[in-house]
Amino acid sequence: MATARQIGEVIIDLRNISLRFGGVKALTDISFDVREHEIRAIIGPNGAGKSSMLNVINGVYRPQEGEIVLRGRHHRDMNTHAAARAGIARTFQNIALFRGMTVLDNIMTGRNLKMKSSFLLQALYWGPAQREELAHRRKVEEIIDFLEIEHIRKTPVGRLPYGLQKRVELGRALAAEPSILLLDEPMAGMNVEEKQDMCRFILDVNDQLGTTIVLIEHDMGVVMDISDRVVVLDYGRTIADGTPDEVRGNQDVIDAYLGVAH
Amino acid sequence: MPDTPRQPPLATFPRLLLQHAKVRPHHPAIREKDLGIWQTWSWSQAAEEVRALAAGLAEMGFRRGDNLAIIGDNRPRLYWAMFAAQCLGGVPVPMYQDAIAAEMVFVLQDAGIRFAIAEDQEQVDKLLENKAQCPELTHILYDDPRGLRHYDQPFLRSLDEAQEAGRARNRDEPGFLDGEIDKGRADDIAVMLYTSGTTGKPKGVCLTHDAFIAAARSGCEFDRLGPGDSILSYLPMAWVGDHLFSFAQATYAGFTINCPESGDTVMTDMREIGPTYYFAPPRVFENLLTQVMIRMEDAGALKRRMFHYFMEVARRCGAEILDGKPVGGLARLRYALGNLLVYGPLRNVLGMSRIRVAYTAGAAIGPDLFRFYRSIGVNLKQLYGSTETCATVCLQPDGQIKLDTVGPPLPGIEVRIDGSGEVLVRGPVMLKEYYKRPDATAEVIDAEGFFHTGDAGYFDEDGHLKIIDRAKDVGKLANGAMFAPNYIENKLKFFPHVKEAVCFGHDRDQVCAFINIDMDAVGNWAERRNITYSGYTDLAQKAEVYELIRDCVEQSNAELARDPMIADSQVHRFLVLHKELDPDDDELTRTRKVRRGFIAQKYAVLVDALYSEKTSQFIETEVKFEDGRKGKVAAELRILAARTFPAAAAQQAA
Repeated sequence: MATARQIGEVIIDLRNISLRFGGVKALTDISFDVREHEIRAIIGPNGAGKSSMLNVINGVYRPQEGEIVLRGRHHRDMNTHAAARAGIARTFQNIALFRGMTVLDNIMTGRNLKMKSSFLLQALYWGPAQREELAHRRKVEEIIDFLEIEHIRKTPVGRLPYGLQKRVELGRALAAEPSILLLDEPMAGMNVEEKQDMCRFILDVNDQLGTTIVLIEHDMGVVMDISDRVVVLDYGRTIADGTPDEVRGNQDVIDAYLGVAH
Repeated sequence: MPDTPRQPPLATFPRLLLQHAKVRPHHPAIREKDLGIWQTWSWSQAAEEVRALAAGLAEMGFRRGDNLAIIGDNRPRLYWAMFAAQCLGGVPVPMYQDAIAAEMVFVLQDAGIRFAIAEDQEQVDKLLENKAQCPELTHILYDDPRGLRHYDQPFLRSLDEAQEAGRARNRDEPGFLDGEIDKGRADDIAVMLYTSGTTGKPKGVCLTHDAFIAAARSGCEFDRLGPGDSILSYLPMAWVGDHLFSFAQATYAGFTINCPESGDTVMTDMREIGPTYYFAPPRVFENLLTQVMIRMEDAGALKRRMFHYFMEVARRCGAEILDGKPVGGLARLRYALGNLLVYGPLRNVLGMSRIRVAYTAGAAIGPDLFRFYRSIGVNLKQLYGSTETCATVCLQPDGQIKLDTVGPPLPGIEVRIDGSGEVLVRGPVMLKEYYKRPDATAEVIDAEGFFHTGDAGYFDEDGHLKIIDRAKDVGKLANGAMFAPNYIENKLKFFPHVKEAVCFGHDRDQVCAFINIDMDAVGNWAERRNITYSGYTDLAQKAEVYELIRDCVEQSNAELARDPMIADSQVHRFLVLHKELDPDDDELTRTRKVRRGFIAQKYAVLVDALYSEKTSQFIETEVKFEDGRKGKVAAELRILAARTFPAAAAQQAA
């Protein structure tokens, strides 16, 4: 099926990023870019620095060196609020949902940034706050429809199986209507069917909402199938960057994954 | 009811629809939950949607006599598509939405489908996959555009587009559609439903407006269904039951149908809507009961005791109260209290608070299960019918509910039992023909106009029909008495300790049986009695287990003895098999039906031992493991005799 999705300009440009925790070098001189509307995968063995990289992009970690160019604006480092306002949302490797709250409420929290009325009005559910809440609820229902989780709308998240929790987390990230979505191992711990579902949702988000996706994933099959470009990290350094086919044939990548005789 | 002359204005479904739009324009016709909110279309709005869709189809070249394939879950626009096809003199052909692409080819080809309406991308993909093999298929319309943005096939269009074109046509040429509707005649084919085809190729059952309206009228009058009723439409649209309840009866009586949000939300949607009318196969009722029981186990001690106490009260008098039979004042008081504390809340949780009448059919329902729902005040009844008879032959009347019959024939339906015990049906609800299959039609409709159902049954003393088996499975004992193995096996399988049963008796002087124990139930039972066992084979041969099973067999014998027609079919001798019957060993079909002939052959030595004087028999059987390896299971099987009851004295014995 021909895709109408046009990959556009570079929207995130990471230049010579280095990140240290005390003496530990998590990332060393890493540069790569993300283009608008693409699915960009970051792969690498355990401890290669993948999650750290995402944390740099959305401002949780501040790199000691390098700069981030986000839509042409230079940042020495990001902070989390700036990242959220710039349209970046993310999911986490270990699910970070409110376990006692329903699916609906969890996704509603993702609308936080979009709520305009004051805390007091919201608490009273009065006037403009009521209208606003209804509008947000509609948006949340569209997400529930999109992710096909109508049947668990009112179920507390803690009671759900892992695969569905992952889907709810994606839903909460989507609630912020992000232009860039960072997914940290969205398919970890899933069975084949759940993985297929998740792949489909990621592709749908990318295609129908036009969201740019930066994705960390261990399942090579998934990465190679859905990504436009892949960057490979090992010991905090970039060892390859290119299309799935280019990366697959790269000797350094094969060595990093399979080990190399010393 | 006297044979009223046909009223031409209301002789077809489209005319009934327009009539409702005129008589009760603002009454809800159909609801669908979308984005978490129930959306309602009134009869006038529904009629408007149908008119737009019909004219749109006409614009695209849909002609009188064309068949329109409809594939998807229960959605308002798919129901409207049925009306739309009928408006134009075409025939809707609903298809099973969970069929894989390859299974759809036959129906698409057989019905010569040019126009297909698909619910969503999934169904569109299946149609596209089949398109090369179905060159006649030239128009595909879809309801939900999600994921279809990049599909650029020129023959693929949205229903929105079709309705838009239709609205324009209706504006430009106002009389066009009414003219088309007026051409519709009562004996036109209203719908074509394909039989599931478990035996041989599926056949298209052609049913006329006349037949389906007769079936709808019959059911609606029998249970007094009217515009105030509502039903949850969640069963496949291709199935005759859904077509009868959600389409024909709703259109005849003018009640509201409700489309659930998705297949997974049916329970929630049911609670929200609170339908007054409900249908489910026995399996669904069983699952609901299991869920209730599991949740009760987790409840607090007080609630649990209350539940068990009042369920016992209900078991003793609930069904009688529902049937309006005389019940003592104290029992009534207890039941009323139970209704307040347990039954009412329970019905509410099940979404059955407002149910006036519920049906089940399709398979044998366990007596305990049936009694449970009736005892908590749900008016659950059994009905009998087939695709060829618009699912309308027999129905249990209120107050005359028996566990093992399907009730007397509905008014206007003639039922006759032929010499071999097969049930024959004649009446206005019968099929016109099988599509393009005069040979098959001639096979099932005889010279007198009776339809041969293929089911074996008989009438009991009250004139209620009792269906016992498929006619081809029914044999005769050596003394000439009827032998219906399925019926006996089902009786045995209703005991939780019995997983499978296989009965033998054709051309023999008595009935003998193989029993398969249910590992979970019997294992649990054994643990509570401190009976140790090393595995399935060992457990199956325990003397205690044999006694347990003997008790089940004797109870079922006592029940069989009550009915003179089948009293001779009591199980005289039985054994408990050393291994579970398994589809992997070809002993069961994939749908878990016993392959009796194959088993008789494979275990011939056991069958011979049952019909000899032996009290045990050695057997060695090859089994296939899940990974494909083969092994052997050997055991010395004991054979036990069970007490049987004389047909007359059974009442006292039981």
